[in-house]
Formats: sequence, structure tokens, C-alpha cells
Amino acid sequence: MNRRDFMQWAGLGAGAVMLPTIPVIGRSVSPEALLDNAIDIATKKRLADAALNAATAKGATYADIRIGRYLNQFVITREDKVQNLVNTESYGVGVRVIADGCWGFAAIADAKSEAQTAKAAEEAVAIAKANARLLKEPVQLAPVKGFGEVSWKAPITKNAFEVPVKEKVDLLLSVNDAAMKNGANYVNSVLFMVNEQKYFASTDGSYIDQDIHRIWPTFTVTTIDPKTGKFATRESLSSPMGMGYEYLQANPADSVKGITTRYNMGYDMLEDITSAAQQAKEKLNAKSVEAGKYDLVLDPSHLWLTIHESVGHPLELDRVLGYEANFAGTSFATLDKWQSKNFNYGSPEVNLFADKTQKGSLGAVGWDDEGVNTKRWDLVKDGTLVNYQAIRDQAHIIGEKESHGCCYADNWGSVQFQRMANVSLAPGKAPLSVEDMIKDVKKGIYIIGDGSFSIDQQRYNFQFGGQLFYEIKDGKIAGMLKDVSYQSNTQEFWNSCVKVCDERDYRLGGSFFDGKGQPSQSSAVSHGSSTARFNGVNVINTARKI
Amino acid sequence: MAIILTEAEAKAILQKVLAFSKADECEANILGEQRGNIRYARNEVSTSGGLINQNLAVQSAFGKKVGTATIDEFDDASLEKVVRRSEELAQLAPENPEYMGVLGPQTYGTSKGFFESTANVDPAKRAEAVAVSLAQTREKNLVGAGFLEDSRGYSAMMNSKGLFAYYPSTNVNFSLTVRTPDGKGSGYVIRGFSDFDKLNTQSATQIAVQKCLASVDARALEPGKYTVILEPTAASVLLENIFFNLDARSTDEGRSFLSKPGGKSKLGEKIVDERVTIYSDPANADLPAAPWSGDGRPQEKINWIEKGVVKNLAYSRFWAQKNGVKATPFPNNVIMAGGDSSLEEMIKSTKRGILVTKLWYIRSVDPQTLLLTGLTRDGTFFIEDGVIKFPVKNFRFNESPIIMLNNLEALGKPERTVSTESDRNYLIPPMKIREFTFSSLSDAV
Repeated sequence: MNRRDFMQWAGLGAGAVMLPTIPVIGRSVSPEALLDNAIDIATKKRLADAALNAATAKGATYADIRIGRYLNQFVITREDKVQNLVNTESYGVGVRVIADGCWGFAAIADAKSEAQTAKAAEEAVAIAKANARLLKEPVQLAPVKGFGEVSWKAPITKNAFEVPVKEKVDLLLSVNDAAMKNGANYVNSVLFMVNEQKYFASTDGSYIDQDIHRIWPTFTVTTIDPKTGKFATRESLSSPMGMGYEYLQANPADSVKGITTRYNMGYDMLEDITSAAQQAKEKLNAKSVEAGKYDLVLDPSHLWLTIHESVGHPLELDRVLGYEANFAGTSFATLDKWQSKNFNYGSPEVNLFADKTQKGSLGAVGWDDEGVNTKRWDLVKDGTLVNYQAIRDQAHIIGEKESHGCCYADNWGSVQFQRMANVSLAPGKAPLSVEDMIKDVKKGIYIIGDGSFSIDQQRYNFQFGGQLFYEIKDGKIAGMLKDVSYQSNTQEFWNSCVKVCDERDYRLGGSFFDGKGQPSQSSAVSHGSSTARFNGVNVINTARKI
Repeated sequence: MAIILTEAEAKAILQKVLAFSKADECEANILGEQRGNIRYARNEVSTSGGLINQNLAVQSAFGKKVGTATIDEFDDASLEKVVRRSEELAQLAPENPEYMGVLGPQTYGTSKGFFESTANVDPAKRAEAVAVSLAQTREKNLVGAGFLEDSRGYSAMMNSKGLFAYYPSTNVNFSLTVRTPDGKGSGYVIRGFSDFDKLNTQSATQIAVQKCLASVDARALEPGKYTVILEPTAASVLLENIFFNLDARSTDEGRSFLSKPGGKSKLGEKIVDERVTIYSDPANADLPAAPWSGDGRPQEKINWIEKGVVKNLAYSRFWAQKNGVKATPFPNNVIMAGGDSSLEEMIKSTKRGILVTKLWYIRSVDPQTLLLTGLTRDGTFFIEDGVIKFPVKNFRFNESPIIMLNNLEALGKPERTVSTESDRNYLIPPMKIREFTFSSLSDAV
């Protein structure tokens, strides 16, 4: 996950330089410009056909075109000040072809004429033919049917780009005010909104128009003990979501009550920041953890990141095959382990699945960026590794007849490749609440929210922190802990999973910035789970003196 | 028009922009860049591509109301449009009490960061550089995965008070991971230069091949505290966490590793070994950088840590004025001074230790102590009685670069290297550190 990008953009996060900078992800525009319908669908089809015909005429055996308009809006504040209002727009066209058995790609900014899209297609064919000389095996594409003229819209009820900037500024400033009134020394808050308007067409006969929305309200509260000079932070327990502004119109049914309130499909930012300011103060005086083995009870607001790093990434087929060896790394989950049909990824309680359809998730689309209709499939079933994440040119390697539908490009100018689907832990089948989970833990820690994270390049050894740590003693919460990180090994960790709460507790977490590829591309992905328990995990104490 | 503008061409466009302005103050930043890359994996080229980018950002201010708009087309109509748009945004914006107004004309030093050798790299030359690397890994029956990216560009700025600045630069980064076909060995190399002629992919590949072969059949050592020798690439990903956190405001606000109780700071205090000097110098021939910052402030040679003592912090102009100090900007390059030890001598003088050639997935654990976690990767070796004895399995570490620089044993000569975390280029020496904390083992190769 490429969190540094976000910290750089928003001036947020532990240790980050607290200076907002404008992200270089498009030109900045007035807020009203974000509501324009830049190009109508008939024009998009004409532009697409011009490119597909030009590619075919030059000898391409397959071609696709993505006409993309990518809108972002950031509202960035600290305490009583608006630090930055940023509106950006990026529009262009990317054409991908197969010629002489080889991929070729070319992109062009601001393409609004058929001559321009045809030219991009011709360039893509020329590149494919040039690179074909270096090729050993021609590309094999899993078949996909043409869907004709179809469309998909994220099921939002309130378009965040239609909400006046003033309303957003007022929300963040009122949230900041609540933090300061509840004892925060500093507060940074950000509202980040994304709209991807994507049109895809291919020589398979698909013309797919999609409208995707994402939103992420987040904050960091800092408190300082003036006597000791110690500082503590508490970050938001929100999740980035594939939703509109309705995510911020909290419904009491979306709040999960407990030792602290957590959130499902609606987020009460004011309530969360009020708790955060109080908890950041409490953290300063919390007991420093004693290193050792603990039973961990992990909230979905925390567990999503462990799933992301230790399940999502190692089960990406391109990593398994070595295509990411020079940067993100390879994978311990090698093909022979999958072929054996008995590799114990986790305990029998562990069912992990990939899904590109879940409502409200960051990965949900109707079709992926190579025109494949999306679906849900199993990765780990009753603890056993059963599948990977693969796209059209990889499906044959694992003997599948169709792509999983998880191909994505972060911009019109980036070439699409295999990206992580939403990868989630299925809820337990037996009725089980968080209280049931905690009541028989003798020595444990209940962890809420994500924190520091690091994992090796083959996804064995990892270390995770969190936002809130509560000691569990003899089945009861005994108070707050600090300086907690746990270390484990992926297979050992998932085999230590003894219980998963039922579907009543199932919630999504996620990231706007999963980084992969060279040059690096970002993708947004959700991970769902219910609270789960892992026995006998190694916890270290991270306190140091300098 | 070309993407990479000459000083005269950039000046002419910026003058046009300012002529359109009706605001109290106007400042324009322009840039253009061309990048080309080749990516390969499994001994085959996987993708190759290019990027052409040009951008003009115009900031208009009415009093303390500020708006910024950007555009990527430079015809007269577009220039006027972007100026008008920035003025509209400024009128809509709330007052920014921290807006300081634009600077008047400044005097800048010189720095040669543009090399024709890099600017003239074409697809054939790029492919040739990669071909000599691929030939070696193929011939040795090893598996290469690499990335080569070269860039050329310029940036320039002008404002309504008469400030003008222009800087052209070039860069090439090359990285390569070489693995054995059975996945039991892995070696890495990374190189960064302003001058493409200095890049030798042949000799760089030899290093990755050598590390790959030497890393096969690694043995497990108990985690714990070890003397380590960090190659510059490994050291850079730890040290840059110090560089990123030299902000005066966070320090004064009490939320930095440089903060002290009661709103005080460690400025002027010795925080690391007295052999540690960390400085910036845009004119350094081995690591040239722009002699001005994005808001037009001159970048000068400056010591951040001198003989172990914190000498300077970076200030925004607002925070500097509030505190009545000089507004030193964040640096454009960072250099750590070295000692006279060679890597070989460091190994020779080590009774028991670990040679770390690369670190991976570095994340902050505690910003108060700059505690970081991460792992060794692609070649980690046990040293005993002055010689490298055998490869060892990768470790996870939990360590603070501040504690590390207090446990300094020896420093080598600074080399230009690239951070595998941030892609930034630095001049960093290899270094020997005692009592470096490894906390667990990893099975990853």
C-alpha cells in the first residue's frame, strides 16, 4: 500500500511533514467544472470505433480503448484553518492492442477527435510489432463475450461532487473544533473524493460506460503531555468506501457500539473525533505492553490491512510468476502449493474470497478494465489454498477458461494490469458476537484500527500496529495498552485463527493507495471481515528512548 | 513547441502569463519533462513506455485570498484561461492567514544538473543498456527482473514582483533483481545518475549476479543485536526518515523526534555521534540539484547536522516570520559526509557482524523516537573474523536511525545511491553500526 503518496498529498500521518501540497494528478479546475458531462456517449462510441478500426486495419488481432475522465477533490484542514482546496481533472484515451502476438499500448491526452484516437491506436500497433521481436510466447487471451452497449453506475444516493465545497469545509472545521474542545492539541482532517468516468470498448464487441465514486473522510488527532513531552495520535476509524456523500450521513444502525464505536456503511465523523481526542489523551497514560504471546481479538477496522498484505498480495498471480520480482516482490504461495490441493493457508475456520461486486466496496464495478464482467470467487476454502487472482492473459496458466475480472489501470495513460480484487474473510457460520469472542480469552489484546505495517517481499514475516489496544485479562477488558506491535508469519498466523464472528459484525476496511508496478500505479481496494481471534501471537514492545 | 523549453522560451511564456494577471499578486511555475522506461521480468522485456508531461500552475492572490489553477496547454488562449480561473478560485477561497505574499527577485547559485548524454537517450540506447544486462542473466541461467527509467526536464518560475528562476535537469535510475531459477538466491543493484554516460549496466548487473549466487542456501541466525555494515542503499532508506522530519513547525509544536518537553527543541543539541555531518549543497557535482525551492527561495549549502549537533531546521516562510528566524527551505538534495574507511576495511575489522546490502518495506513505528521497522532483502551475509562466511536468512529489524547513528563504528566514502522506498537520490557513505536490533527471522528470499 502506497501510503506515502497520501501523506505527501494530504500532509497527514505520523511523522509526515505537515505541509499540504497539490497533487500532480491532473489539472485543477473549478468545483463546478467537475459536474460537466464532458463527452456524450455517442461521441465516445465514435471515438472508440475510430481507434478499434484503425488498430484492426494496421493488423491488430485484438484492440481495446479506454476513454477516461478522472476527477478528484480534496478539502484539507488543520484546527480552524482550511489549508487547501484542490480540484483536479484528467481526461484522455489509452489504446491497447495485440499485434504479432504481442501487447502494445499508447495513450493520448485530451483526445476529442477520431483522428486522435486512431493515431493512438496506430502507435500502439507499431509498438506491439516492434516488441514482438523480443517475444518468446504469444499472448493468450481467455475468451470473453461482447456485451454490446451496456452501462454500470455505482449505487450512490448523493454525489459528493454536487455537495457545495462550503458544506464540506464547515463539516471538517466543526469536526476539528470538537477535537480541540475534547483536549486535542492539534488536528488535521481531510475529505477526499474521487469520480472515475470510464468508457471501455473492444474488438470483442463491448461498449461499456461506467461511473465510479469513492469517498474517504479521515483525520489525525494529536495530544501532547507538556511535562514529559510525549505525544500520541489517534487516527480516524473511517474506511475509504465506494460510496457517495451518503457515507457521511450517519445512520445509528451503522454504528457498532462497544468499547469504542466503530462504523459500517455510514460514518459519524463528529462522534468518532470526539472519542479520538479523549482516547489520544488516554493513550499518553496507558500501560506499556509487556512483550510475549497473546491471544489477539482483531476488529475489522484493523484486520483489513493484515488481510490485504498477507492474503491479497501473495495470491496475485503476476507476483507468483515473478513479474513483480524487482519491486513489490514474489510470493510464498507458489504454484506447487496450489497444485497440491492441500496447502493449509489457515485453520478450517478460514475462508477467504475475492469479490469485485460487493456494494459499497472500493473494488466494485460492473466490468473490469478489459471488459470482463465481475464476480466473486474463492481463494482459500476451509483453510486450503484453492485459487489466485488472474486476468485474461494469465487465466490459461492456472487452467481457467475465463478471467477473474480484476484488471485495472489507475489512469487513461497507464496500461491496465492485474490488480487486487476486494479480498475478504468470510464471516463465521455459528452465531458469535465480539463479547463471546473475548469472554474466554485469558491473556489477550483487543486491537481496533490500523497502524504501522510491514511485510517481507514474499509475504511470510509481517509486523502490524494499530490505533487502540485493550488488554484482555480472564475474559474481561482490563484497560488501554500502548507500544504494541505483533509479529507473525502468514501461514502460522492464519492457522492460529480459532474463531470468526458471524455476519452481523461483517464490515469493510480498505485503502485508496495500493501501490504496484514500475512506474507505480495506485489502486483502491476494500477488505471485509468480522472480528476474528488468533491465539498465541507474538507481541513486541516498541517503546524506545532517544 | 518542444516540451523541454530553453530559458528564453520559458521566460517568454511566463511573461505572457503575468501580462494577463489582474490580481494583486501572481506567481507562475512551469515545467516540462520527458521520461522513457523499459521494464523486464523473467529475462524478458515486459513493458516499455514513455511519458510526456508539461504543466503550468498559476497562483493568484487578492489580499490573503489565494487560488491556484493549472493547465497543460500553452497557447495564448489557454494561458489567459488559466490566469482567469486562478483568479476566480482566489475570489472564492477563504482568507489564508498564513499567506506571505510572493518574493522579490533573488540571487541563485549555479548547479549543473542537465546532461546531453541523458537528454539524448533514445529507445535504441535504452534497449541496448538493458540488453547487456539481460545477456548476462540469460547466459548464467539466472532470472533477471529490472527497470530502467531516464528523464529530462526543466522547471521555471516568475512572479509579479520580478522574480525569475530556471533549472534544467536529467536523471537515470536503473534497478535489477537477479534470482536463481529455484528461488533460493536473490541479489539486487540500484544506480542513479544525472549523466547517463556514468551508468554501466554491465558492471551493475555483475554485482546483482554476484550477490544472487552468494546468497544461495542462507542459514538462520538467532535474531538479536548485531554489528551491521550497511551498504549506502540500505542506509539511505533509514536515514531519509531523519531528512523528512527536519520541519521546524512540527518540532516547535511538540510532535517531532526533535521536540522536547515544554515546547522546546533539540536545535543546537548533539543527538548523534560527532562523526555525523548531514548537509545539502545544490552545487555538488555528484548530486546536482535546483538552486531554488518551489516558492523561489534560494537553496544554499547548509548543514542540518554538524558533528552530531542539530544545526538547522526547515521553515515555511510563515513559521520563520512568526519565530523571527531565517526561512530556510526544505532541501533539494541531502548528503552525508563520510569517513576514510572502505567497505573492505570495515568487513576486515569486524569480528562478528552482518553485511546488509538492501532493506525493504520500511515503515514508521513510533514518530517520537523515529523507530522504524522493515526487513533485509536480496543478499544478507554473516561476517566472522574479518571475512564474509556465509549468507544468512533475512531479518526483520526494529531500530531508530537516531539510535543507530549513536552506535556508529565507522564511515566509508559517500556514494550516489537511490532510496528503494522514495526513489530519491542521495550521497550516503557505507557505515558500520554496533548493536543494531534484529527482532525476528523471515523465510523470504
